[in-house]
Amino acid sequence: MSIIEVSNLTKFYGKSRGIVDVSFKEEEGEIFGFIGPNGAGKSTTIRLLLSLIHPTSGSARIFGKDVVTQGPEIRRDIGYLPSEVFYYEGMKVRDLLKYSASFYEGDCTQRMNELSEIMELELNRRISDLSYGNKKKVGIVQGLLHKPKLLFLDEPTSGLDPLMQRKFFDLIREENARGVTVFFSSHILGEVQRLCTRVGIIREGKIVEISDIRSLQQNNYKKVRVVTEGSGQTVFDMPGVTNVLVENGTVSFFYKGDINAVLQKISSIQVTDVTIEEPTLEEIFMHYYE
Amino acid sequence: MSTIIFKHEFRIRLKSVIIWSISVAALVFVFFSFFSVFAEQAELMKQMLAKFPKELLMAFGMDRMDYSTVLGYISFYFLFIQLCLAIQAGNYGFGLVSIEENELTADFLLTKPVSRAKILTSKLLAAFASFLVTDLVFWVATFIAISIYYGGREYNFSTLLLILFGVVIFQLFFLSVGLVISLLVKRIRSVTPYSLGLAFGAYVLNAFSGVFGDVKLELITPFKHFDPAYIVQNNAYNTPLVLLNVAITLVSLVASYWLYMRRDIHAVS
Repeated sequence: MSIIEVSNLTKFYGKSRGIVDVSFKEEEGEIFGFIGPNGAGKSTTIRLLLSLIHPTSGSARIFGKDVVTQGPEIRRDIGYLPSEVFYYEGMKVRDLLKYSASFYEGDCTQRMNELSEIMELELNRRISDLSYGNKKKVGIVQGLLHKPKLLFLDEPTSGLDPLMQRKFFDLIREENARGVTVFFSSHILGEVQRLCTRVGIIREGKIVEISDIRSLQQNNYKKVRVVTEGSGQTVFDMPGVTNVLVENGTVSFFYKGDINAVLQKISSIQVTDVTIEEPTLEEIFMHYYE
Repeated sequence: MSTIIFKHEFRIRLKSVIIWSISVAALVFVFFSFFSVFAEQAELMKQMLAKFPKELLMAFGMDRMDYSTVLGYISFYFLFIQLCLAIQAGNYGFGLVSIEENELTADFLLTKPVSRAKILTSKLLAAFASFLVTDLVFWVATFIAISIYYGGREYNFSTLLLILFGVVIFQLFFLSVGLVISLLVKRIRSVTPYSLGLAFGAYVLNAFSGVFGDVKLELITPFKHFDPAYIVQNNAYNTPLVLLNVAITLVSLVASYWLYMRRDIHAVS
């Protein structure tokens, strides 16, 4: 049985599009990356799965239960970290976490203290006094303290410094090792590649591709920019090269295929500068549409 | 009902409850401290009021009040108490779910394993308990004020109780109507303008609709349903109007549940 099973899920806000005909599955123990630019429908999908909003058509099941009719049962085993965290401003961190914990069965105090220690969260401060990053930490602890079986992370790293990001990723990996399934939404390809086993790409409300992270990387384009003084521009006329742009001795193009082939070409001419980089997500998307 | 949410909601409103309770109690004492003066000079007052336009007196219900009696005097200042209680209940009604959505804490609450019906019930009961505290303070303040200032004047105790207990149904009206309006409009940015509007709107409807002739708009306002002058004159509620009031409250509540169960909780935009 799949943990998440989404079929033909569609959401319109009045006339404006949320998501259209989205279908995918996530199996137990997976870390599923959900990537797409802002406004593509990532949050809409998560909010539908959490029954914060209601689908226009289509359906979704979590743990085999319908999200619209069996929401409360499903949410017993779900942890959610929203992209923007907002909590009752007047409360102390400890009280908020206790309030959160009180909704679940069992005693969460120990886990709460453990997590707060890992994330270096001060429990006695007021929510209103916290910086954005610190609020995010409250969100992380709050989302994990009841040992959920499924985690929804909606752009979780924004606002966290690199050190905290690493700790956070370690934490997620640990959770995953315990068997927790993770649904990870982000617009940063790098962090999705680091963490996820499978990804779904969403654009303008529609799923463009669902694939293994490995095959996505193999299929991935490299962005190559070569500055040359000679007239070596023509050597890059080879299979796998697309979007060639020549401008005052600078050649830039996308390359897909064996990286050695293109390196040999580069070394065969006189170059003054070379950059080879990952295309941005936006550029990959552009590619999907050309 | 979820006791967790109830407690949380009640605690959040506690400060407001204390402030409203003190204000209402203070109002009762300030008005009652003038009672003996009014009562002694009731004749003079009548003569003065006779010179006022009849419409104005009607607007404030002053044409049917006798300031020399305890109940007549209470009906005179009761309007101000009603306005306060209407604003308080309206505040709680309009803010019941909208504050949470504005401050975006709704995401937190609604992703917990509790059904929306349970959440709304807990919130409603917490708000009800909150204004019930204010009502209790108001009742106690009235009893104490009467015992200090009534000066041996007789009054019908059961009629007094009718006037006083009416405020609970009166506030329930504003709570539920406020709630259903807040669910009908897309987003409420600030609660106070709405609750002030509803309270004063309902008041004005009652006060001035008589002035404009036959239009029976005043029938839908709780200020008319619980008109103290009527209760004093008849020693009873105006039963059809009170039933109408309860009916509007119930319809609003049912509609609120229906709307809230289907409501989309939007993210930050």
